Amino acid sequence: MIDDSKAMRLILTRIMQGLSYEVLEAADGQQAIERMEEGPLPDVALVDWNMPVMDGLEFVHAVRQHEGWRGVALMMVTTEGEKAQLVRALAAGADEYVVKPFTPDAIAEKLLLLGVSA
Amino acid sequence: MSVDAGTFAYVSGLVRAEAAIVLGVGKEYLVESRLLPLMREGGFGDIASFVVAARTRQDDVLRHKIVEAMTTNETSFFRDREPFKAFTDIVIPELTRILPEWSPIRIWSAACSTGQEPFSLAMAVADHPLLASGRPVDVLATDINEEVLQKARTARFSQLEVNRGLPAPMLVRHFERADTDWQIVKPVRDLVSFRPLNLAQPFDLPAMDVVFLRNVLIYFDAETKASVLRRVRRLMQPHGYLFLGGSETTLGLDDGFARIQVGSTSAYRPLSPPTHASNVLTSANVLSRLGANQ
Repeated sequence: MIDDSKAMRLILTRIMQGLSYEVLEAADGQQAIERMEEGPLPDVALVDWNMPVMDGLEFVHAVRQHEGWRGVALMMVTTEGEKAQLVRALAAGADEYVVKPFTPDAIAEKLLLLGVSA
Repeated sequence: MSVDAGTFAYVSGLVRAEAAIVLGVGKEYLVESRLLPLMREGGFGDIASFVVAARTRQDDVLRHKIVEAMTTNETSFFRDREPFKAFTDIVIPELTRILPEWSPIRIWSAACSTGQEPFSLAMAVADHPLLASGRPVDVLATDINEEVLQKARTARFSQLEVNRGLPAPMLVRHFERADTDWQIVKPVRDLVSFRPLNLAQPFDLPAMDVVFLRNVLIYFDAETKASVLRRVRRLMQPHGYLFLGGSETTLGLDDGFARIQVGSTSAYRPLSPPTHASNVLTSANVLSRLGANQ
């Protein structure tokens, strides 16, 4: 769960825990990279776009450059809702994209699409 | 606010008469949640007085609105996924193999609600490499509810709606931003035609190769389920596929269908007309011929 907003991390953490996922949190892309280097690797990362230090798009680029991290599914969860942004995120290697606001069902269905159901 | 027994009895009777949909005991909450917006729109203080008005004024428009409100159902893109996967991976390849190139593939989304199901099918068609040659495909989308059809025809969906079940790459390929909504692009829109249709009454449609009749039968009583299935079967091609909802079946309702496995889900296919009838006829002919020879 990578989001600089503590409130958003809380909301998403509750949703994910409700779906029986174990959740690790990071407040920006750089922190998330560090946690992934320490291990263990997550099955899926839910990534905000606008964050300090390293934003979501940079994080997606960085993960996709890493040979050993290919299996990590990447889902952007963001307020960036323009089509051009979706195209950029998917081109960078994001697998799924949810524009805020979202319902818990939407998150659950996207996780099913990614084949990473808990 | 709760719904009293008299109000519930009237609404369930109306919905049963007009749409053959059964609202069992315990569905009072559904009546309440669906009729609240109409009640407010009409300036009524509670649901009971709103329903009394519809009843005593013999107000057809109001009664039609009640039926519409009670028959609008939840939907999402690629709902339950597996039927759509089977459609893409198995049904389309088979139909392109057995049907001549000039013959249109006819697909019917029989209770299309706000359009997510027929547009999911249309997107699957648009993306399918075996259909890239331009083979004609018609997706017919019907619903009893005019209001949802009107929305479906706009092909516009809110952000919340496109978040539900739609893979992001498909959103990018098949939608454009339209103010705060998203709209299906014209080539995909043009694959789908919409028309009102009440499944509970006789209907006249062209022969279908694929029918999606998902999460509809659950609302009907057994007699109506059987008559809907019979009518659907009669307009299906012998090679056709009928997809029902996860909790629905033809078993015990219409024995003219065979259940078939399609990938990891199941569908139903009309049984061929029984061959024993012609055999009996042939035997009779043989016997009479034998008799004639004797």
